[in-house]
Amino acid sequence: MKKRKERIDRGIKVRSEDVFALTSYRELLYLTAPRLLPVFGLLILVPLSPPYWQEIFISTAVYALLAISWDILVSVGLISLGQSLFYGVGSYVAGALNHYCGLPPVLTIPIATVTGAAICTIALLPVLRLRGIYFSMVTLVLPLMILRLVEATRILGGTEGLTGLSPFPNQITAMYLANCCLLVALFGFRRLMDSDYGLIIRGISDNDRSVMSAGINIHWYKTQILFLGGTVGCFAGAFGTHHDMFAGMPGFALDYSIMPIAAAVVGGTGTFAGSLLGAFILVPLSEILRALGALRIVFYGLFLVVFVVGLPEGLFHYIRRKYHQFERWVEVE
Amino acid sequence: MKGGEELLTVTKLLRAFGGVLAVSSVDFQVKRGELLGIIGPNGSGKTTLVNLITGFVKPNAGEVRFKGKDITGLPPYRIVGMGIARTFQMVKPFYQLPAFKNLIVPLCSPRIKGLLGGSYGDRDAVALDLLEEVGFERDANVAYKPAGALPQGYLKRLELAKAMALRPELLILDELFSGLSLAEVASIVPIIEKLRFQGKTIIMIEHRLKELFRIADRVMVLNFGMKIAEGKSDEVMADEAVKKAYLGSEAG
Ligand SMILES: Nc1ncnc2c1ncn2[C@@H]1O[C@H](COP(=O)(O)OP(=O)(O)OP(=O)(O)O)[C@@H](O)[C@H]1O
Ligand SMILES: [Mg+2]
Repeated sequence: MKKRKERIDRGIKVRSEDVFALTSYRELLYLTAPRLLPVFGLLILVPLSPPYWQEIFISTAVYALLAISWDILVSVGLISLGQSLFYGVGSYVAGALNHYCGLPPVLTIPIATVTGAAICTIALLPVLRLRGIYFSMVTLVLPLMILRLVEATRILGGTEGLTGLSPFPNQITAMYLANCCLLVALFGFRRLMDSDYGLIIRGISDNDRSVMSAGINIHWYKTQILFLGGTVGCFAGAFGTHHDMFAGMPGFALDYSIMPIAAAVVGGTGTFAGSLLGAFILVPLSEILRALGALRIVFYGLFLVVFVVGLPEGLFHYIRRKYHQFERWVEVE
Repeated sequence: MKGGEELLTVTKLLRAFGGVLAVSSVDFQVKRGELLGIIGPNGSGKTTLVNLITGFVKPNAGEVRFKGKDITGLPPYRIVGMGIARTFQMVKPFYQLPAFKNLIVPLCSPRIKGLLGGSYGDRDAVALDLLEEVGFERDANVAYKPAGALPQGYLKRLELAKAMALRPELLILDELFSGLSLAEVASIVPIIEKLRFQGKTIIMIEHRLKELFRIADRVMVLNFGMKIAEGKSDEVMADEAVKKAYLGSEAG
């Protein structure tokens, strides 16, 4: 007698997408728990953590925002290797408005979010038509070019950067601001991609010629997504800069480009929740590994490799699959 | 609308790829309500001609006029907006999506919004109706299957439905019948005849000459990018140059 694992779909998800009424609290819980979990975690658990960890979770939120921004660009087929462009631009716009014009964070952050995204979109507009690797190359090079420009021309504080910027009133305010925006981006983008608009976006990354032949201006849609992703990235920069009370060249550093990609890949692309999950694993992990000193990067790299090889689909896709199925052993002859 | 008015006029259209003249100084016209067949051996420039008309490839010289307006070199979405829709020889569905969701993309186009005003009602319902029109059996639930799981016959129909969803005035079908069985072709022909009855203008590119000749008003023959003959089906097949072009390349 042999045994075989059998997988069964719980089926509630399928039914819930139609108009079927839910029959019990258990089913209701089954459907809402995955949505309540990040809300509960970000708005209650994280703010309850000790101050040292709060600090780490704030920077985690920044990376998570950049990862979600990366993920929305990927959904339209744009692979950005330079998320630091968004961080840096958002950071310098907010920093400059605060430093030179004396505007408070309540104003600098929204302004930097929108104008920063507009600046980045315009800067990348000429290469938006290029497919695949060419767009990626330009996003990689652009932040490095800006970096050297700031260094050479000594504008915006040069290598010193802009220091002494207005901080947030306290850490809890900062934390709630970042986490609320993270949730808005997460649920907003998920909703967007489930709509007919999202269908077009996925269509463009799938088969752009087919979308073109459907009478749709794909460049205009790509521009919109670039701007949307830009707002999330620039918000991260503007937020981070006020939190650090400093806008400077590190804003354009590679860290802000690599970590978001790693987070999105470990967590699973195309869902935004995966990016969030990935950031909340990788950033705290890198903190914990700090104790290892010089060996930190080795272990960190090892972890990444094991993860990507073991779960190439990404953690979130794996969890989601398991959640919607349950397995049992059945006997076969 | 009165018949006989010229809908599409192509003059001296030319496109070269490297040294190859894919389309070489081609002239032709299509009248409203007409069905023009375009035939020619492999590599004779038929698909390139479609790409030139629909804006996917820019011509090196020449002019395309649609409803009297110059549309040469416009981007594809503008040309669709004016009322020309096409199918691809190689089907291009969104494989992960259910078949009917494939039609949402054309139904979201500015052309459809413009034609029907802001509210369209239920796009899914419109998509399902369209699929039924091209022969997706409603009760068999084929329309809900992911496009990647459909056989070639259905993918071709889906391709046709995507073009029809745009409510075009001119429909260009690039080898819609290739890769299909005789029975499948026979089941699609009535759909095309119905479109004609509704007054659509159609350009059909085909290798399946027998089926094409039965429904085409007029046939144009391309060879090495040049137009070598044009006229009624039987006239064209009697033409010496056409016989020579097809000799050894296609049995017809
Ligand atoms: N994008 C391209 N780049 C280079 N050469 C091309 C391109 N598109 C077409 N060609 C060339 O142009 C010529 C005409 O090709 P086209 O695809 O238009 O022929 P066709 O009549 O559609 O052939 P088939 O019956 O096989 O579909 C061929 O020699 C082809 O190699
Ligand atoms: Mg062809």
